[in-house]
Amino acid sequence: MKLLLKGARVVDPASGIDGIRDVLVDGDRISRVDTSIPAEAAVGAAIVELGSSLVVVPGLIDMHVHLREPGYEHKETVATGTASAVAGGFTAVACMPNTNPVNDNASVTRFILKQAAAANLARVYPIGAVSNGSNGEHLAEIADMREAGCVAFSDDGRPVATAALMRRALEYAGMFNMPIIDHCEDRSLAGEGVAHEGFHAAQLGLRGIPAAAEDVMVDRDIVLAHATGGHVHIAHVSTAGALRAVQAGKSRGARVTCEVTPHHLTLSDERLRAPLIYDTNLKMNPPLRGTTDRDALLAGIRDGSIDVIATDHAPHHADDKRVEFDRASFGIVGLETAVSLGFDRLVHAGIIGIGRLVELFSVNPARILKVPGGRIASGDMADITILAPDLPVTVAAAAFRSKARNTPFDGWSLRGGVAATIVGGRVVFANTAVPQAAGLERRERRET
Amino acid sequence: MSETASRLRGKDLLGIADLDVSEINLILDTAEAMKEVASRPIKKVPTLRGKTVINLFFEPSTRTRTSFEIAEKRLSADTLNIAIAMSSVVKGETLIDTALNLEAMAPAIMVVRHSSSGACHLLARTCRAGIVNAGDGTHEHPTQGLLDAFTIRERKGRIAGLKIAIVGDLLHSRVFRSNILLLTKLGAEVWACGPPTLMPPELDRLGVHATTRVDEAVDGADAIMMLRIQLERMQGGFFPSLREYFTVFGMTPERVRLAKPDAIIMHPGPMNRGVEIASEVADGPASVILDQVTNGVAVRMAVLYLLAGGGENEVAA
Repeated sequence: MKLLLKGARVVDPASGIDGIRDVLVDGDRISRVDTSIPAEAAVGAAIVELGSSLVVVPGLIDMHVHLREPGYEHKETVATGTASAVAGGFTAVACMPNTNPVNDNASVTRFILKQAAAANLARVYPIGAVSNGSNGEHLAEIADMREAGCVAFSDDGRPVATAALMRRALEYAGMFNMPIIDHCEDRSLAGEGVAHEGFHAAQLGLRGIPAAAEDVMVDRDIVLAHATGGHVHIAHVSTAGALRAVQAGKSRGARVTCEVTPHHLTLSDERLRAPLIYDTNLKMNPPLRGTTDRDALLAGIRDGSIDVIATDHAPHHADDKRVEFDRASFGIVGLETAVSLGFDRLVHAGIIGIGRLVELFSVNPARILKVPGGRIASGDMADITILAPDLPVTVAAAAFRSKARNTPFDGWSLRGGVAATIVGGRVVFANTAVPQAAGLERRERRET
Repeated sequence: MSETASRLRGKDLLGIADLDVSEINLILDTAEAMKEVASRPIKKVPTLRGKTVINLFFEPSTRTRTSFEIAEKRLSADTLNIAIAMSSVVKGETLIDTALNLEAMAPAIMVVRHSSSGACHLLARTCRAGIVNAGDGTHEHPTQGLLDAFTIRERKGRIAGLKIAIVGDLLHSRVFRSNILLLTKLGAEVWACGPPTLMPPELDRLGVHATTRVDEAVDGADAIMMLRIQLERMQGGFFPSLREYFTVFGMTPERVRLAKPDAIIMHPGPMNRGVEIASEVADGPASVILDQVTNGVAVRMAVLYLLAGGGENEVAA
């Protein structure tokens, strides 16, 4: 099957392209990218006139999601999670190992990949556990999981428990040039905290998680990455101090990269009080920080010191959230709101351009995980996201393709969204609210 | 802001944060009338006759629960006490399901104490019945704040302009949070003192003077409010020993002498004698600790009356 995408703005920082191009897809590959591809050069192709209001970019990759399967299928499955991903414009997701059982061995990895193949939507890159059961004691079988398809290792949901384990993980995974992704949180400082330790938590009587709980562990990890030569990727950076540590680590040559979430870029702990007080959809870990932290993260997005935007998509059943704040589960869903938040709060707010957005959502995750993607060039896998920068979007949690509804953004009006998602040359999502996507939608129906 | 509210705006009393000055004054003024009821030979008015009030206590409490129960009975309400040990929560039922089941029995008000901050807000959003917060986690204990303000006003004739020192475990105290909101709204100069390990962050943003020097806090104070040190906090290593705590922060007669000669000493109870307060101070002439208990009934009557009650004449009857 061939597909000719005509007349859209193509933004591909990896190839240095930002201009009107035609893109020819042949089978699962991109066969040609040119200023104009005549129809006679694309015999047999479905031709879709996109126009310059839409933007064709390398497929977005969310390197931090929780698909909950195996073990918590009432919250999400690989099928519903990847349906959510493609609806959010993501052609690939990397899923964390805190399932039940934990993805700490090759058989769990293979099970996840089997479910992903059956769903046949977004690509799924499993992340294996650093330690058996993610219990922070013994290294899990990293080589075996790598062979089965894991692309990185993490005890996410928890930090890598000790400095000694982190050192060994960096050394051992370093043998394969693979990153250790760490949820940086000193548990002795975080205690039973449920919100950012600051004025608002103090007044609401919520136990605080100090910024220092994150900062000290980021420092620890960077020292160890520098000492071992291993690559540490700091998950969901939320504090100004942690970001400063990453910047300092990079400047002295440590192999450190980091990600932030859309919610830490758009919200602060002030939201705990209004418009709804004690809204459990604002309970996440790391917690929403203060406005100075949020502003520092926005500066890091602008100046390039933050590598990736990842959602930390954390679906929960309504029963897990419709309880007292301190008993509610941590986390919010993010796959279907990330692009709109990115456009509205970063691009349209004048903080970054679309090219930088693509770096954060596609180029850099592909580079860090060393997976295909992040580029639109002849011969590449045809993983493509088509963005609609001016599309008015009203977030409707009830319409999410995810099983879960736990978002603080329900009802938000945002500017910018996803027009279509193409994985391996196959249209897996076409947004009916975008007129130009109609041709793609027909193609999607034919194929499904 | 109006100083002459005639009723409360909401169906609930969840915290001082939700009240404006006119509502606070309305409650305090109403409590004066309610206190008069307690001086009668027959301490009962028909105000809440035929209305059911459920006291839903998920945490152990003797003083607050009894105070509410007496207040309800003096207003002729039908009262029902539900304690955690008897409730279906121990069988795994959620807070919301428990409350909805109780609400199906049509209470006018549920008085709720819970270990989770914000639990009363969750119930208020879910239930039609009025919710009165009788202490939620480390968030607020509004009727305690109101009875403290009532006691200060009764003794001093005013609250605006007074220097009030609050000393103790500020971090874990819902009484402290309600009191700083209430006393600063009413124009007091509030000083907060405790070990830095038991002090919430950014206290100055709450409009109080924060200090770790107890002598500075009580110097020239009109009222000294001691907070309980929860002995279980010792496990958390917030301070080295009870002996050392008393040495550094305990309220002794010598420290009381730094305050104004007519200063009053307050404590929400239960007290740890020899930890946060010396017996000579707790039992001394400046102590109004038992007055606070008495006034608690009047203030709770006022709150229940204003949320579910009838007209003035029913109190006077």
